[in-house]
Amino acid sequence: MLSKREKDLIAEVWTKLIPVAEDIGSDALTRMFATFPGTKTYFSHLDISPRSAHLLSHGEKIVLAIAEGAQDIDQLAVSLAPLQTLHAYQLRIDPTNFKLFSHCMLVALAAHMGDDFTPVVHAAIDKYLSAFAAVLAEKYR
Amino acid sequence: MVEWTDFERATIADIFSKMEYEVIGPAALSRCLVVYPWTQRYFGNFGNLYNAAAIIGNPMVAKHGTTILHGLDRAVKNMDNIKSEYAELSVLHSEKLHVDPDNFKLLSDCLTIVISAKLGKEFNGEVQAAFQKFLAVVVNSLGRQYH
Repeated sequence: MLSKREKDLIAEVWTKLIPVAEDIGSDALTRMFATFPGTKTYFSHLDISPRSAHLLSHGEKIVLAIAEGAQDIDQLAVSLAPLQTLHAYQLRIDPTNFKLFSHCMLVALAAHMGDDFTPVVHAAIDKYLSAFAAVLAEKYR
Repeated sequence: MVEWTDFERATIADIFSKMEYEVIGPAALSRCLVVYPWTQRYFGNFGNLYNAAAIIGNPMVAKHGTTILHGLDRAVKNMDNIKSEYAELSVLHSEKLHVDPDNFKLLSDCLTIVISAKLGKEFNGEVQAAFQKFLAVVVNSLGRQYH
């Protein structure tokens, strides 16, 4: 459950991340591949070495999608509809991995934001990423 | 038996040699209580946990956070025998404290994030992986004696 204040906070934080989308995104992915090697199995078709072109572009895509959703959290099911279809019928990433990625995204944000990544900000973003992942997995079955 | 690479051993030793227990411990525990409020169930006698500010400013939380973080020292000193190091503590958490072992993971995630905020870029993917592997072994050992 997100309060209005939290939604505003989330929108504010993610808007500020848009200019550094490829840095944050590729950092989160690199952390995930190092910490949870099983996640690499979904990327056998890409070069996922740190800061590779593929990784930067892929990381950017993910962060921009999350940032876009953050602008109107109440409409997540609408704005994510195409991505829902993509994940359910083509990518078919096991949803446990969304949790792993979300965790690594939080670690990346902490490294990036330092003290600004307060417990309140952390809680709000954790809740948002959980909601995002849940919507993403909605068409799976 | 857990296999540790030289890099992993060095990483863990390095992080803990520079650890400011009285800052990081309280930060990790208070963050856990804020981000995962249901964990407050184990701290009914800690006084005011009413909101984030109260939790972060609570001296009992701070003291306990420091205690918990020091609890990791035994694993740092004996990385090849973490399971036996924590056997007693595991029994304590199960039989006396009745703590759901899932909570250990929540706290370890918060600790990872606090360390990441502190070390910034230095806490890169490889370092994070080593740190999380270490915490995973500790968490597993603490949950071992639950029956």
